[in-house]
Amino acid sequence: MFAYIVRRLALMLVTLIGISIVIFFLLRIVPGNIVDILFDAAGFVDPADKANLERELGIDQPLVLQYLHWIWGLLQGDLGYSYVSEKPALQEILPRIPITARLAALALLFSASIGIPLGVISAVHQGTKLDYILRVVSLSGLSLPSFWLGLLILMASVSLFGNIPIFNPNPKTLGEMFTTYCLPSMAVGFRSAALTMRITRSSMLEILRQDYIRTARAKGASEASVNFHHALKNAILPVITVVGIEAAFLIGGLIVTETVFNIPGVARFLVEAIRWRDYPIVQNLVMLIAVVVVFANFTVDMLYAVVDPRIRYAD
Amino acid sequence: MATINYDSELRRAGANATSGWRRLRFFAQRYVLGTVGLVIMVTFVLTALFADLICRYSPLTVDSAHALAPPGWQHWMGTDSFGRDVWARIIHGARISLAVGIGSTALGSSLGVVVGLTSGYLSGWVDLVFQRVTDILQALPLLVLALVMTAALGPSLPNVIIAIAIPLIPTVSRVIRANTLALRELPFVEAAKSIGMSEMRIALRHVLPNTLAPLIVLATAQLGSTILTEASLSFLGLGIPEPYPSWGRMLSESAAEYVRVAPWLVIFPGIAISLAVFGTNLFGDALRDILDPRQRG
Repeated sequence: MFAYIVRRLALMLVTLIGISIVIFFLLRIVPGNIVDILFDAAGFVDPADKANLERELGIDQPLVLQYLHWIWGLLQGDLGYSYVSEKPALQEILPRIPITARLAALALLFSASIGIPLGVISAVHQGTKLDYILRVVSLSGLSLPSFWLGLLILMASVSLFGNIPIFNPNPKTLGEMFTTYCLPSMAVGFRSAALTMRITRSSMLEILRQDYIRTARAKGASEASVNFHHALKNAILPVITVVGIEAAFLIGGLIVTETVFNIPGVARFLVEAIRWRDYPIVQNLVMLIAVVVVFANFTVDMLYAVVDPRIRYAD
Repeated sequence: MATINYDSELRRAGANATSGWRRLRFFAQRYVLGTVGLVIMVTFVLTALFADLICRYSPLTVDSAHALAPPGWQHWMGTDSFGRDVWARIIHGARISLAVGIGSTALGSSLGVVVGLTSGYLSGWVDLVFQRVTDILQALPLLVLALVMTAALGPSLPNVIIAIAIPLIPTVSRVIRANTLALRELPFVEAAKSIGMSEMRIALRHVLPNTLAPLIVLATAQLGSTILTEASLSFLGLGIPEPYPSWGRMLSESAAEYVRVAPWLVIFPGIAISLAVFGTNLFGDALRDILDPRQRG
């Protein structure tokens, strides 16, 4: 087990180094940088001023040197400065993390609390009209773009309350908490609720065909006991994988939802930074997302061994 | 080469499938949701192909006198802030979604097949390098990688297709690699080797055709997500540039500010995206049940 963990950690490091190289060079293959954008907007340009600014930002250096400078800074906790706000990147990114993390946690909670019970119900009633309806609903959940769902929520809010909910970083009342965090997290979580439901259903169906389920029924166990105590307990493993991996991949939904609801989180900040070619912000945010994804995968694998005692990773 | 005999499969399932039409009818009765999905997809393709015949207005004609006109006889789905006909833009937008959906799925799947087949068949250091590269690509969510790719390549139709295709490579290559590894050990590959066939010929003529079923299932499943990703990129203003009528961009233009005054600008493009993706998902599910019964839910 120990050797397995060490090997996995080494592979994670290789992956993260690979991502840093890909992202760094990908962002710089496009002609034009922040200085070009700023000077294009200004009209007449003095080449000497432009060169000065490029030197000041360090983007006149060879790419390899710029890369090494970034990585060296990362290792020391220095993420560089935002080209746009001129503040330290860390100072720009850190306050936005809790907002996005809260939204992601709520979205996951929503998806698990809706997806798992509906998946169980759908599997238990396999082939019935209810199962059919739930399957169509789950497929539609995978088909609705989360930004559209967000816009529909905004429309509903306008027709119900007469206005669009405005983001409040520190909600005081339950109503504010609901409009600030719950509504957007529902828009993000709907898709993963649908995914969780589908995985729960197919996993439950497989387990419900097992002999020990028939034995439990033969012994006179109630339907609830068979479904939840015997079946769901064993069917939950693939669900954990999906929920775990979705936790990291929710960022895709968060990017568009934070934009719709005008929430100043990490995800919307990434889009703004990409538009402005604010490299220090983009590359550090992408690295942050990669670290979260890689660690989520690792945690899910480790959870496997905890949840299912039959799984032991060979040394 | 091992192949599946669909006629005998159909007979075993109780279908009196003597002609193509009867076969189609049998599938339609057996896979109702899949047929609904297929109908939606065919409608979607026909709409894209005959967009010019379906619309009375051009999607690009600006008519400021009729800006933000609500749905009515003149403009079935109303007009946008420039007075452009929403129905015409949605119908022509199907072309963009279809071009990006099919283009990026085909490109991503082809590259994934090349990587997966090479990786699984050659093994050794080639496999090791390809695996690490796919690990790297898979560690970033589809939309994040597509965002960075479009930022790097610039917003244009071909670039959006490439930006969405690249993140698809790992998923396809992993499935093809796993299939290739299993197929490599089967007797028909041994037999091909024993009669002196070249490795390349065995990989292309014998291994590749046997990986087609999972590939088709995967590609159909990904078609929906590529349409969604294009819509998201365009919504964020980093996808298909103006004046192309992209569904995602239509929502971006009409976002929060028009929620109050022109809800039709929000409702119709959203329905178009959802319906197109819903159709491909329904069809993809049925196709998976037919071609890959092991994954049946």
